[in-house]
Amino acid sequence: MPKLFVKDAPKESLVVRGARVVDPVEGIDTQLDVKIDSGTIAELGSSLPANGHRVVDGAGLVLAPAFVDPHVHLRTPGREDEETIASGTQAAAAGGYCAILAMPNTEPVVDSAAVLGALAEQARADAEVSVGFLAAISKGQAGAELTEMGELADEGAVGFTDDGRPVVATALMWRALQYSSITDRPLAVHCEDPTLSRGGHMHEGAVSAELGIGGWPSIAESVMVERDLALAEYEGRPLHLMHLSAHESVDALRRAQAEGISATAEVTPHHLVLTDEAVRSLDPNVKMNPPLGSDHDRQALIEALRVGTISCVATDHAPHARHEKDVPFEAAPFGVTGLETAFSALYTHLVEPGVLELPTLLERMSAGPARAYGLEAPRVAVGAQANLVLLDPGASWRVTEDAFRSRSMNSWLIGETLQGRVCATIAAGRLVHEG
Amino acid sequence: MGDLHVMRDDLRPPDPPARRHLISITDLTREDVERLLGTARSFERSLEREMKKLPTLRGRLVVNVFYESSTRTSSSFELAAKRLSADTMSIKASGSAVDKGESLKDTAITLGAYDPDVIVLRHPHIGAPQLVARVTEARIVNAGDGKHQHPTQALLDLYTIQESFGRIEGLHVAIVGDILHSRVARSNIQALALLGARVTLVGPPPLLPRGIEAMGCETTTDIEAIGAADVVYILRMQQERMQEGANYVPSLREYTARWGVTPERLRPGQKVMHPGPMNRGVEIDPRVADAGDALIETQVRAGLVVRMAVLYDLLTTGPAAVKAELPVKVA
Repeated sequence: MPKLFVKDAPKESLVVRGARVVDPVEGIDTQLDVKIDSGTIAELGSSLPANGHRVVDGAGLVLAPAFVDPHVHLRTPGREDEETIASGTQAAAAGGYCAILAMPNTEPVVDSAAVLGALAEQARADAEVSVGFLAAISKGQAGAELTEMGELADEGAVGFTDDGRPVVATALMWRALQYSSITDRPLAVHCEDPTLSRGGHMHEGAVSAELGIGGWPSIAESVMVERDLALAEYEGRPLHLMHLSAHESVDALRRAQAEGISATAEVTPHHLVLTDEAVRSLDPNVKMNPPLGSDHDRQALIEALRVGTISCVATDHAPHARHEKDVPFEAAPFGVTGLETAFSALYTHLVEPGVLELPTLLERMSAGPARAYGLEAPRVAVGAQANLVLLDPGASWRVTEDAFRSRSMNSWLIGETLQGRVCATIAAGRLVHEG
Repeated sequence: MGDLHVMRDDLRPPDPPARRHLISITDLTREDVERLLGTARSFERSLEREMKKLPTLRGRLVVNVFYESSTRTSSSFELAAKRLSADTMSIKASGSAVDKGESLKDTAITLGAYDPDVIVLRHPHIGAPQLVARVTEARIVNAGDGKHQHPTQALLDLYTIQESFGRIEGLHVAIVGDILHSRVARSNIQALALLGARVTLVGPPPLLPRGIEAMGCETTTDIEAIGAADVVYILRMQQERMQEGANYVPSLREYTARWGVTPERLRPGQKVMHPGPMNRGVEIDPRVADAGDALIETQVRAGLVVRMAVLYDLLTTGPAAVKAELPVKVA
C-alpha cells in the first residue's frame, strides 16, 4: 500500500454549524452541521448538539473535503533553506490541503529505501498534514538504471517519477512501465523532449519572438506525451501525466482516454490563469517548467479540467531561494510556489467569472488527485477521518510575502488581491490551520 | 486581475524629476524619436567645430558596464559622454568582481554607491537593465540585453537612413540574416514601424522566429525579396549565441550561397547597412561592404551623435517618458 506520513497529535472534537457542505463525490451540496468526534466525522445533520465540543460557525462558508496536492517540492533533503517538511506542510495546511505528495528530485534523490525511510521518519515527526513520497524512476534521476522499485514500494512510495527532468531514453521508460507493474504504483511523467526545449526559457510564440527570449515549443511536451501514452498502451499500464501545459498534449490525452488507455493528468493554477503574455513583465516568478503557454493552451487546459480529461489540480509548488530568483529572467531557475494560493487563485480566476463550477474545482483539488494515485479520497461521510476545509468565498485577501508559511517567496501572486479564503483546515482529524 | 509589477520603483518616493531610462524602443513615442534625432543633428553640427567638447554634462558621471564584448558601442558611448564633458568610467565583466562570481545585483549596488547619473549596460540577459534600474538611482541606457533590444543602435540606424534619404516614412527596409539571435533586428523592426517604414525579414527558416510577424513586419526565406527594398540591412550570423548541434543552417558555406548579400543580388541605388562587426565573405560580400552605396561607416559616425543625444536627453528635462517598470495585464 502507498503510505502517507503525518505527525501524531491529539485529534479534534468540534461541530461546524450551518456551512454549505459540498462533497461532489458523495453527492452532497446542502447546508448541514458536521460533528467531529476525536478526529472522525461522527454525525451529519441539522441543529446538532455541541455536547461540549467546540462550535465553529460556518454560516456563509463552504465546508468541503480538504485538498490533495499531487505535486509538491519539499526540497528536503538537501535544500532545507528553501523548504522543510515542517514549513511545506504548514504552507499546505494554510492552503486547505490535508495531503501532499512530495517529488523525489532532492539532494540526494529519493532513489533508495534508506533515503525514503529517513524522510518518512522525519515526516512522522514534523508533518502538519499527510505527506506521501514519490520515488525516482532511475537511480539519481540520471536516466540510466532503474531504481529498486519493489523495495521502494514496500517502504511506502506512492509512485515513481523522475520529475524535474524527463525520462529521455525510450527504452528506459518502457522498462520502467514493465517493471513497475509488480508494485501497483503509477508512473508519473514530466513530459519534455530536452532536445526541443534546449535553450528555451519561455513558450515559443509571438511574445518570445518579440522579447528575444529562447523559445520552448509546445511540441517539446506533446511529443513526449504521445510517446509515453503509446508505451503505456503497449504495456497496458496506467500513466499519470504531470503539469500539462500545451493544447496538443490535451488533445493526445483525450484521444488516448477515448481508446481506453488508463491515463490521468494534472494541471497547475499558473497554467490555468496566466499565459506567455505575463512574461513581458520579465518577473522571474512567472518562469516555470513547463513554461506558460498561449491563451489557446490555457483555454484547452481549462476545458479539459472542466470535463475531467484532466482530473487533478497540482501546484507544482517549487520553492526557490530569493537570491536565486533575484536575477534576470533567463538566468533564473524554473518554478514557483503555490500551496498557499492555489484555491484562491482558481476561485478568483475560474469560479468567480463563471468558467468553472465550485464543486468541479473542489473535486479536481481533492478526490481527483487522490484517485490518480489510488489513495483514499477525503470525504464528508460518517465514519470517515476528518479531512475538511472551511472556505469563505466572500472574503478577499492580499497576497504578501510576510504572510507565507513557506520558506520561499517565489509566488507569481505577490501583491495581488484574491477572492476566496481558506478559513480552516482539518487534516487527519487535527485542526492544522485557522486563519 | 490587476497589474503585475516587476520593478518596485513605484514603492519608492518619486525622484525629482522623474527618473527616465532607455531600455527598449517600445519606451519611446514617435515624438521622442524625432526629438532625439533632431538633438543628434545639432550635435553633429557642433562636432564640425574646431573645439568639439561641449560643457553640457560637466560634473555628471556616466558609467559603462559591459558584460559582453563591444568595440563600437562601448567606444562611442565613452566618447559621447566625454564630448559632453561628463566624467566616465568603464567596467568590463572580465577582470572585475564578476569573475569572482559577484551577481549583477551586487555589482550594480556597488556601482550605484558612486552615484552615477547614467549607467550604460550591456548584458547577455533580457531584464538586466530593469534589475539595475531597481537597485540603483541611475538612469539606465540599454546597450544590448541578450537577444532583446539595442535601442541606441536602432536610433543611429534611423538617423543614418534619415540623413541618406531625407525621410523614413514610406521606405522599405529588408533585414537579412540571423533574426532569431538579433537584438538589433528587434529594435529596428519596432523603430522602423514607429516611423512608418515597411520591414521585410529575410533569412533561413530556423532563424526567422515563429510569430515575429506580430511585431508588424513581413517574413520570407527568399533572398530575391531584397531587390524590392530601399535599404538592405545585413545581420551577422551570431555563432556565439548558437548552441552546438542546433543546426540552424547546414553550413556557413550554404548560408552564404543562399543568403549572402552580393552585388548581383542588389540593384543600383539600394543602400546597404550593417551594425557590425562584419564577417566579410559570409553574410556580406566584400564588394558590397566597400561599395559607395554602403552606409556602414556613416552608421558608426551616427552612433556618436545619437548616443550624445540620448545622454543629453536623459539628463535634461526632455519629455522622453521612459519607465523601468513594465505593467502587464495577466489573462
